[in-house]
Amino acid sequence: MTVSAPVTEATDDPQPRTHLPASGQETPAPVPRAGLGAMPEQDRLVIWGSRLSAAALAWVITQRLLPTPGPAWFLVVFGAMNLLVLSVTTALTDDLVVVKDRIAQWLVSTGALVVFSALASTIFFVFHRGWHPLVHLNFYIHDMTGVGPSDPLDKGGILHAIVGSLIEIGIAVAITLPLGVGTAVFMTEVGGRFARVVRTVVEAMTALPSIVAGLFIYTTLIIALGVPRSGLAAGLAISVMMLPIIARASDVVLRVVPGGLREASLALGASRWKTVWHVVLPTARPGLATALILGIARGIGETSPVLITSGAAAFLVTDPSQGVMNSLPLYIFSTVRSGVPIAIERAFATASVLLILVLVLFVVARLLARPRK
Amino acid sequence: MSEESHQVTTLPVPDAPAGVRPRRISRKPTGGDAVFAHTFRAIGASVLVITGGIGVFLAYQSWPTFRHYGFSFLTETQWQPEADVLGIAAVLVGTLSVALVAMSFAFPLSLATALYISEYAPDRWKATLVSLVDLMAAVPSIVYGLWGFFLIQPHASGFAHVLHQHLGWIPIFSVGTDADAAVPDASRYTASAFVAGIAVAMMVLPMACAVMRQVFSQTPAGEKEAALALGATKWGMIRTVVLPFGKGGIIGGTMLGLGRALGETIAVLLIISPEFVIKPRILEIGTDTVSALIAGQFGEANGIQLSALLTAGFVLFLITLVVNTLAAIVVNRSRSGAETS
Repeated sequence: MTVSAPVTEATDDPQPRTHLPASGQETPAPVPRAGLGAMPEQDRLVIWGSRLSAAALAWVITQRLLPTPGPAWFLVVFGAMNLLVLSVTTALTDDLVVVKDRIAQWLVSTGALVVFSALASTIFFVFHRGWHPLVHLNFYIHDMTGVGPSDPLDKGGILHAIVGSLIEIGIAVAITLPLGVGTAVFMTEVGGRFARVVRTVVEAMTALPSIVAGLFIYTTLIIALGVPRSGLAAGLAISVMMLPIIARASDVVLRVVPGGLREASLALGASRWKTVWHVVLPTARPGLATALILGIARGIGETSPVLITSGAAAFLVTDPSQGVMNSLPLYIFSTVRSGVPIAIERAFATASVLLILVLVLFVVARLLARPRK
Repeated sequence: MSEESHQVTTLPVPDAPAGVRPRRISRKPTGGDAVFAHTFRAIGASVLVITGGIGVFLAYQSWPTFRHYGFSFLTETQWQPEADVLGIAAVLVGTLSVALVAMSFAFPLSLATALYISEYAPDRWKATLVSLVDLMAAVPSIVYGLWGFFLIQPHASGFAHVLHQHLGWIPIFSVGTDADAAVPDASRYTASAFVAGIAVAMMVLPMACAVMRQVFSQTPAGEKEAALALGATKWGMIRTVVLPFGKGGIIGGTMLGLGRALGETIAVLLIISPEFVIKPRILEIGTDTVSALIAGQFGEANGIQLSALLTAGFVLFLITLVVNTLAAIVVNRSRSGAETS
């Protein structure tokens, strides 16, 4: 093979040279490209065929031979049969290595499928059981004053729980945002030996079970200091639980801000505070927002600290310092515990509201975390 | 280092008269910078006091507990405030059994999900699947509690009955009832550590899966391609490259999940029926965990019982702390390996 000369503008050169496709003259490639990523036809037939035969076998076994009606056993037998048929059919044409590969792929995909369908079943189940109260407007704008557990769904609502949850999470955010981000700034921007101590302790305290955080507030604030069970106590309990989480997450976000940006700002003569305020925090803003919102989602759904510290009011309370206050997770818990069918329906509807709230927070966090174009 | 280069760095003025010494550079912040450093040091100190204070407070509360009940607090199974007999042996065993059931579901499933996302899933779905796992972590635990109690429990107790029928000779699968009775006592198979463990597994799974997936995604692409180029099947490549590389992430993620499983309260409280017995029979009704004990007993507790509850919480905190710290060490070690390769 000869080495062709560099391509020049000249075209009447008799020597063979690199073919340059001119723009506008799209000629189809002479040979169709082989799709390397796609599976050969035979393999696809094996996979779909074994699925089909497994379904038929499972139907015969569970619905005809064994006294195991119902979809649950069908799915289990279907899975087992699918694996069996798949490995036997593969073994007919291929060797053991390929059979192992097939089995591994089946196991991994099935595991993932189980996990994602469990998540889907959770969300679907909650909405399915709870949609009846959701269509009543009073569910959103009334509280449960004077409404018994077995009263019909056009009476009473969860306004008090929604407002209570928002107030409690508001208190928690007002405390944890400055303290958590401030601590993260201290750990990354000031540094030193003391900062390492703080970091170690904060990381250790993320292990604190949320119920123990609630019990701590209960013992110190409610028993020892005589503060009544209230939204304030619940907000503080959530703060105690959230503070290490927010501080640690913000620390992780601030650490990845490139050092060059800080040094450039300092070299231009900015003070350290100006550097933090105008360079470090704006750079880390999407990450910080994500950390905060995921912390809020965690805090708003946490039942155990609230269970101990807030008490459950059936009426709307807007003053967090005065007396008992309800919140969404606590309302769900106490209503389910009553065992009355219609109350359980209310609990599922409340869980749907809570789930929507968390979903919205989650989507906002995702949008903020998306890299800017 | 030569003398010349030393002179260049320290003497900005080459013909300075003798006796002039270079300006000393101090790293101590002055003026506004000092205010900044001290303000944030104060914030850090206050957070240290708050978070560390909880640990110290809990530790301090165990003193009266151990003085009153002695070390039998750790070995006594009963929790009877009327009889002044309190102990956490049964609830500790219950906590461990719920957590182990949760991990035995969560470990294989999270490993499979992490492998699926990082190795098998089509590229255009990967980001969505990762978001879904994160979403799963954000779903409140009370929702998983409802799911476990109303949707899973009927199926799980049926499954438990079958396990008891066929594998009842294994001690952990035995239940104190006749497995082959014409009408099996279905209520004996509900409200067990097994059912609670399934709900807890849902909370643990996304956490473990996220850690594992992150470590898998850092596997050097060159080594993966080398394995494939040598003729390995996908599973051969995973077994020889991805899994050994991600071993730290697998162990660390599992332990982080275990730490979460140990402290989970509300789903467990919703599902189990409390019973203070050291019970290896996970399929049978009745067990209790430390956090469910606290949630169930704090209302009637006062004085020494409150201290005892706080001590139980402290013991739980210490166990979680040890598990989490070990997990962090294992995960960090595996990540530092990723950076060098």
